[in-house]
Amino acid sequence: MPSNATSRTAETAANGGAGKAVLRFLAANKSLVGLILLMAVVSLFSPNFLTVDNLLNILRQTSINAIIAMGMTFVILTAGIDLSVGSVLAFTGAVCASLVAADASLWVALPATLALGAALGAANGVVIAIGGVQPFIATLVGMTVLRGATLVYTDGRPITTMSDPFWAIGGEYVFGIPVPVLIAAFAFIVCWFVLSQMRFGRYVYAVGGNEQVTRLAGISVTRVKIAVYAVSGLMAALAGIILTARLESAQPTAGTAYELDAIAAVVLGGTSLMGGRGYIFGTLIGALIIGVLNNALNLMDVSSYYQMIAKGAVILLAVLVDSRGKTNR
Amino acid sequence: MTAPLLSLHGIGKTFGSVTVLRDVDFAVQAGRVMALVGENGAGKSTLMKIVTGIHDPDKGGEIRFKGQPVRFHTPRQAMDAGIAIIHQELNLLPGLSVAENIFLGREPRTRFGSIDWSTMKARAAGLLARLKQDHVSPGAPLGRMGVGTQQMVEIARALSLDAEVIIMDEPTDALTDVETRILFEVIRSLKAEGKAIVYISHRLSEIFALCDDVTVLRDGQMVHTGTVADLTEADLIRHMVGREITDQYPHAKCPPGKVRLEVKNAVADGVEDVSFTARAGEVVGFAGLMGAGRTELARAIYGANRLQTGTVEVDGVPVPLKSPRDGVRAGIAYVTEDRKADGLIQPHSIRFNMALGALGRLSRGPVVDRRRETSAVAEYMKAFAVKAPDMDCPVNTLSGGNQQKVSLAKSLLTQPKIVILDEPTRGVDVGARREIYVLINKLKEQGLCVLLMSSDMPELLGLSDRILVLSHGRLTGSFDRGQATQEGIMERAVA
Repeated sequence: MPSNATSRTAETAANGGAGKAVLRFLAANKSLVGLILLMAVVSLFSPNFLTVDNLLNILRQTSINAIIAMGMTFVILTAGIDLSVGSVLAFTGAVCASLVAADASLWVALPATLALGAALGAANGVVIAIGGVQPFIATLVGMTVLRGATLVYTDGRPITTMSDPFWAIGGEYVFGIPVPVLIAAFAFIVCWFVLSQMRFGRYVYAVGGNEQVTRLAGISVTRVKIAVYAVSGLMAALAGIILTARLESAQPTAGTAYELDAIAAVVLGGTSLMGGRGYIFGTLIGALIIGVLNNALNLMDVSSYYQMIAKGAVILLAVLVDSRGKTNR
Repeated sequence: MTAPLLSLHGIGKTFGSVTVLRDVDFAVQAGRVMALVGENGAGKSTLMKIVTGIHDPDKGGEIRFKGQPVRFHTPRQAMDAGIAIIHQELNLLPGLSVAENIFLGREPRTRFGSIDWSTMKARAAGLLARLKQDHVSPGAPLGRMGVGTQQMVEIARALSLDAEVIIMDEPTDALTDVETRILFEVIRSLKAEGKAIVYISHRLSEIFALCDDVTVLRDGQMVHTGTVADLTEADLIRHMVGREITDQYPHAKCPPGKVRLEVKNAVADGVEDVSFTARAGEVVGFAGLMGAGRTELARAIYGANRLQTGTVEVDGVPVPLKSPRDGVRAGIAYVTEDRKADGLIQPHSIRFNMALGALGRLSRGPVVDRRRETSAVAEYMKAFAVKAPDMDCPVNTLSGGNQQKVSLAKSLLTQPKIVILDEPTRGVDVGARREIYVLINKLKEQGLCVLLMSSDMPELLGLSDRILVLSHGRLTGSFDRGQATQEGIMERAVA
């Protein structure tokens, strides 16, 4: 059963005391325990960490990676991988920026950009599901080609936008909360609903669990695969819009290596790279762990060279703890 | 009797809160074949995993090998001590050659430490010759061989260890009759050499034909041990299931209805020009040797394999069959022969698996209707008597028989008109088998058309209203119930 945090809490609350239910919830959500521990440790070292401003700042910085990682979760649940998200982000960002710069209505520019992202993702999916190319290779090609296409399209120069309503998507606050955070929260709810409540979500888990069984059950594995890459492309485009809006320009090198943070968030969230197991709530937590870590290392004045090493070490530690739990079961 | 070569006393094993084995005694003598029998979930495989160092037993038990207390912590230690096991699932690497598989991890070396290929191939050829598999080239990649040959390679690997105790877990499941006979000869010669054999099988006839002693496990406890000659088949079944089973093959009589399925001149991979019809309320049995094309025919009718020429009509309407999707839509359900590989999604729950193919019916638009899903799954769990704590428990925690029931329920939830059952009782124990037979009769009475593909001859004769025989992808015989005999079918099957 593709479980998710909320239905788990509902179940556990029904058959145990409140304390027990909390314990069981934490046991099922080890990444959440990790996040809480990490935050506790960081707040000991840095008094500026646990302030509303800083926490909102973390959420805002995390929202882009979280959105990409949610799309990535769909792909990884089918035992695939999408390395092209950073390039999709850059290309769609550039297209969006040029539309906005040409004074296109946001009602046109934004849907067009999202559709473009979904189409680019679907193209990856077609190469994988119909062409039979390994997801790693197919999306590696997508990553390279789209990066090149972005450089061609932008002529290697940033495209600047001069539009306040567009900037608001990345920079404005509503009820004191940054807009990107609200967008990420909305995306999370939609993804959660799709994966846990919709037929398509079941099929995603089924394809990752066993493709052959899924096919024999009369389900089109091809369509499911194309759809998950389209979702990933759509989410990368959404992230591209937010990033471009916030910077008021599209950088041709934007999103470089973003796929790695997204994959790390998914894995930290407990989703199996072998497919079929995992859930979107974990991905959100995984993205937050990475966000808190980045923020903490900045607050503690760790040089950016050491930051990468520290980040890698924490990810390795988390995954080792998780895989130990699995083999001992 | 002399002292046993290998003996276990008071062995217990619990996984978490589940007790799988309780105070089990088990002993094998050199030069004898010991059958280990019991229903699925009785603890046979767990016991053998303890013997071979895959699991540690709980505290208190004792294992003695050649009189010395021993405890193996890894399969390698057991192997080095002289205990070899042939697992039920093939543990082979399809990309490597036959010889490499046989000597995996124990490759003969040259003086310089590199692999001594010529010695390895020569020794592999010798082992294969002993198993009368001279046609198999030691250098050929294993993946290209049939399942039966792969099983023989697995057996050759066990022989190569020159072990004193050889455990065989359902070795004949994937073998043809000819290969089974060869295996039996090899087992008898191993016995004459003074090896001890532990033979696990669901096929009672094999136990009476081959084994000297038998130990019966039931619910994790040893319930009987003694010589085979002292038992009848009925005794053995009684020990296994703990109750008398009469009427092992129930058969419901019901008048056949209109023609449900018509297959005309079907040609597909492994199927050559097959035509037949099947009616509502009829069980049509398909007999044939391994490789006769039964599974291939089933998959072609369902749309899982490509139908090259020919037509399939359901209720008089031709069905386009490009994928299993088309089969499901036309009202055809297929219960696969290999539940592990393509029947169920193992770590997922009973609910997830049962509902998978029927989500279209159990949803409102694109959203799954949890209430409708729960009630449908609960209904089928009850109707099929699936033994499980609840519908959210993962299917890989269920016994083989219960998994098969879930697999069957999954297909029936799509509300088919035609059900194709491919080896529905393979690896299913005696008690659960009968429950599946009762279900097949129930389906028939509900007006479904059942195609039963089976290698189990008594099952086929007991349940079918009509039996069609396949040989080399062609229909070579047709028998009505009553006329069909094991000999008559065999004669057509080898035609």
